Amino acid sequence: MRIGVLAVQGDFIEHASVLRQLEAEALPVRLPQELDGLDGLIIPGGESTAISRLMLSYGLTQAIRDLARDGLPILGTCAGMILLAKRVHEPGMEPIGAMDIEVRRNAFGRQVDSFETDLAIPALGQEPFHAVFIRAPLVEGASPEVEILAKVDSGAGVAARQGKLVVSAFHPELTDDPRFHAYFLSIVGAG
Amino acid sequence: METGTWTVKTGLAQMLKGGVIMDVVTPEQAKIAEEAGACAVMSLERVPADIRAAGGVARMADPQMIVAIMEAVSIPVMAKCRIGHFAEAQVLEAMGVDFIDESEVLTPADEGHHIWKHDIKVPFVCGCRDLGEALRRIAEGAAMIRTKGEAGTGNIVEAVKHMRAVMDSIRKLVSLPDNELSAEAKALGAPLEWVLEVHQRGKLPVVNFAAGGVATPADAALMMQLGAEGIFVGSGVFKSSDPERTAKAIVKATTHYRDPQIIAEVSKGLGAAMPGLEIGTIPREALLAPRGW
Repeated sequence: MRIGVLAVQGDFIEHASVLRQLEAEALPVRLPQELDGLDGLIIPGGESTAISRLMLSYGLTQAIRDLARDGLPILGTCAGMILLAKRVHEPGMEPIGAMDIEVRRNAFGRQVDSFETDLAIPALGQEPFHAVFIRAPLVEGASPEVEILAKVDSGAGVAARQGKLVVSAFHPELTDDPRFHAYFLSIVGAG
Repeated sequence: METGTWTVKTGLAQMLKGGVIMDVVTPEQAKIAEEAGACAVMSLERVPADIRAAGGVARMADPQMIVAIMEAVSIPVMAKCRIGHFAEAQVLEAMGVDFIDESEVLTPADEGHHIWKHDIKVPFVCGCRDLGEALRRIAEGAAMIRTKGEAGTGNIVEAVKHMRAVMDSIRKLVSLPDNELSAEAKALGAPLEWVLEVHQRGKLPVVNFAAGGVATPADAALMMQLGAEGIFVGSGVFKSSDPERTAKAIVKATTHYRDPQIIAEVSKGLGAAMPGLEIGTIPREALLAPRGW
């Protein structure tokens, strides 16, 4: 499987190393022509405003929007979840807008409020998933087609799926548990 | 649910990678930096070039200005405290600043001791000139490292020296047999446990940025190719003749650091970079990098 990892800013190297651990090919994407021939795409954690500016400068926003509409499987973590959402509480940012969710940025507060915790994610099996939330967003609203995969205690969604699009507010690339990436690759593999 | 953990601290540094952190002294500058694609801003009272020109004691910025900058932008806001001044760090923590730079650019408060950074929930970035200094700071709790370079000079030569020193020492550590690591730890002046970690991983255990003298897009690309994972720009943006364009150009050069055509494109007609300083003309007592140990 050829999985692109958007590499304009953020922790794209960590995503690539989880992909390689799962025996998928990881290809950095900095320009639109590097999107050709991919089976899937990951939009990593990072600063969503910085990533969105760099994507717009080189025509990546529209190119990824088109691919999402054509059914390319895409995983977005943290900043990636913000960029995939149709509605974001952030004036001036142009997201890809592929997934029918409403997202609030920095929803838990500033860095002093960043945290790690064990989450129940039934789609990954019984064992809880250790999740790292860094200045994390959350899902404030979703259309009925969106499946919420995980929630925090307040009831807000922190992982979701709509068709071949998967998002998480936390960083599965920062822990040693590859199950979230394996879940995404199973969607890629299902075609 | 746990906050302030090592994973959460080093994790924020991971999110900054491949990005540019810009020094700003007003909320308006912070907005220009955010709009240009900065991944964070460093709020301070004066940029290093002005600190150098003004002389006197340089301290933590006015909390009112830091708060105004935090309110102006949605990206992480960093702030500097003096080396060893843990009370300034406590103040920055109480204000909810996202990252603290225990910085040689400010006048050191303690000649013997750096801050014990494990006691503060906010992550720290610290400067280094070589691997030993980097690992001493990491052992004290720094969640991110940057080269010291020579701030406020617009001269990249010291940052290059420090980055090469770190990378050379890492390559050497990787190649050493286990039974020589203890002596190497002694030579580096670094704790053995962290020396072992670098020997095994082949890289620093935390994110490593370049700082101190970055003035042009090509400077940023040079440091990235030498192994930096991101860039701090101090005086280089707002002391240039066109800050908005310079900021955008350095951001693009940091992402596309292996693409000289893009770097040529973004460098065209940028106007004057900040005025530069030859390191040899600076009196020894006015050098910033030797501050700290």
